[in-house]
Amino acid sequence: MSVRLTPRNALVAGVIAILALVPVYAEASGNAFIISLFTRIVILAIAAVSLNLIMGFGGMVSFGHAAYLGIGGYAVGILAKEGVNSGFLQWPLAVAASALFAVTVGALSLRTRGVYFIMITLAFAQMVYYVAIGLDRYGGDDGMTIYKRSQFGAVIDLSNKTALYYLCLALLLAAIYLVWRLVHSRFGMVIQGARSNERRMRAIGFPTYRYKLLCFVFAGMLCGLAGALLANHTDFISPAMMHWTRSGDLIVMAVLGGMGTVFGPVIGALALLVLEEALSGITQYSQIILGPLFLLVVLFARGGIDGLLVGGRHG
Amino acid sequence: MADALLKIEGVSKRFGGVIASDAISLAVPKGELHAVIGPNGAGKTTLIAQLAGEIAPDAGRIRFDGRDVTALPVDRRSQLGLGRSFQITSLFLDFTALDNVALAVQAHAGHSFRFWRDARREPELREPARAALARVGLAGRSDVIVSKLSHGEHRQLEIAMALATSPRMLLLDEPMAGMGPDESARMVKTLRELKGELTILLIEHDMEAVFALADRITVLVYGRIIASGPPEAIRANAEVREAYLGEQEAAHG
Repeated sequence: MSVRLTPRNALVAGVIAILALVPVYAEASGNAFIISLFTRIVILAIAAVSLNLIMGFGGMVSFGHAAYLGIGGYAVGILAKEGVNSGFLQWPLAVAASALFAVTVGALSLRTRGVYFIMITLAFAQMVYYVAIGLDRYGGDDGMTIYKRSQFGAVIDLSNKTALYYLCLALLLAAIYLVWRLVHSRFGMVIQGARSNERRMRAIGFPTYRYKLLCFVFAGMLCGLAGALLANHTDFISPAMMHWTRSGDLIVMAVLGGMGTVFGPVIGALALLVLEEALSGITQYSQIILGPLFLLVVLFARGGIDGLLVGGRHG
Repeated sequence: MADALLKIEGVSKRFGGVIASDAISLAVPKGELHAVIGPNGAGKTTLIAQLAGEIAPDAGRIRFDGRDVTALPVDRRSQLGLGRSFQITSLFLDFTALDNVALAVQAHAGHSFRFWRDARREPELREPARAALARVGLAGRSDVIVSKLSHGEHRQLEIAMALATSPRMLLLDEPMAGMGPDESARMVKTLRELKGELTILLIEHDMEAVFALADRITVLVYGRIIASGPPEAIRANAEVREAYLGEQEAAHG
């Protein structure tokens, strides 16, 4: 495959280079906070990439995607609390629990569309949110500190900030590559066709429901993994991980970066979280600036930041 | 008519107080081009929707190749070889013409739980798609995004997509709707080439095209068949002239 030097490719390469050099910069400047910030960015970027798979490519606007962050996080937290610290157990369970939840939500919500789909996904996420609040043994409303990060024996030591960061970054890049392969495969063509014109897809012979359901489950699993990472990063789980505003943030990241482009959500996550951080130093009302900014992107740059670079692809 | 490919037996459909299909019975033998005509609101599109599986009839049976398909969903009927084009162009507007047709090929090339290979680089999808585009005269437009194609090209693409599902029977819902004379002529040529090779049920308003192409014509008025037979018989039928052709002449005059 030939790779041409387009503005988009240059931006992608630049962003990856910056992400790869974050720990080096932190080391040199002695600013350890920046690793923490970027670990968070990379983890939420994984979540945004997973949301974009169903929303940007599949046209399934899930307003409950943060639920998987919570499920993945709570899987790690609950197991840690019960004395199971092996990451080899915790992480697959986090992903499996997310898959199970996605099958349930998807099987019901994918029978509806439009605003009903949005409301059902939101309702399920709220359910999980309140279940978490009810888990008194695991901190209830206040959440719970995780005293020991996932143990991977001699493979990797997650208590090392740089190691955790690079693991998250590697998983993000792997996720992007996987999604990229997926959306260009036959499976991906079906998903995109169903977004574009589902009625026609059925008329030419595709049973679209099962493909969309599997795509929905893939996205849930990937976001569940991001949840497991987030719990390890913050050493803490709480219902706030899956508050509906967090689901909204993920949507903003995907839209801001450019829906329906594989790398867009990464740029969206980076832009949103860096701006939030920068503005929080100036004012506690950062939303006053972020809100109108988001509005401008939606109104004038339908393809997001990516669309601006590619140049009016969306008309 | 034992060798009828499509057999409709007493199909009825009601929407509230409107009878869209009134005990319609019809048999289309293999290889026939059967046209269904009728004034606006006669229930032609409702009939096609029931044949394709988008609307379930209230009563009656639909048999395709001897098999009762009345309860089968749309995608299963397509898999059995019942292809369909839409009256209002229904395409994947953000894909290229070739992508559109390749998707139709893919729908009939086994399951699509294939997650790794680039579908746009699979010759077994792209080659048949190119061939279908060439058949309808769109070979030179294969890489154009569909939203940029003209209306006439959209209609041709509709046919190419239906063809790419390698159907045994095509249900064509007004393929010439909104076309200029040149585009219509091009479509008539395409349909004439398909005739004989495929069984076709054609709904069309363009009378000139219908009488030039059809082996048999069925006239539908208020959901009921008022006449069915070869074109000459239909042309001579007094009831048809009054109910339908007269209206056309009046409209022209």
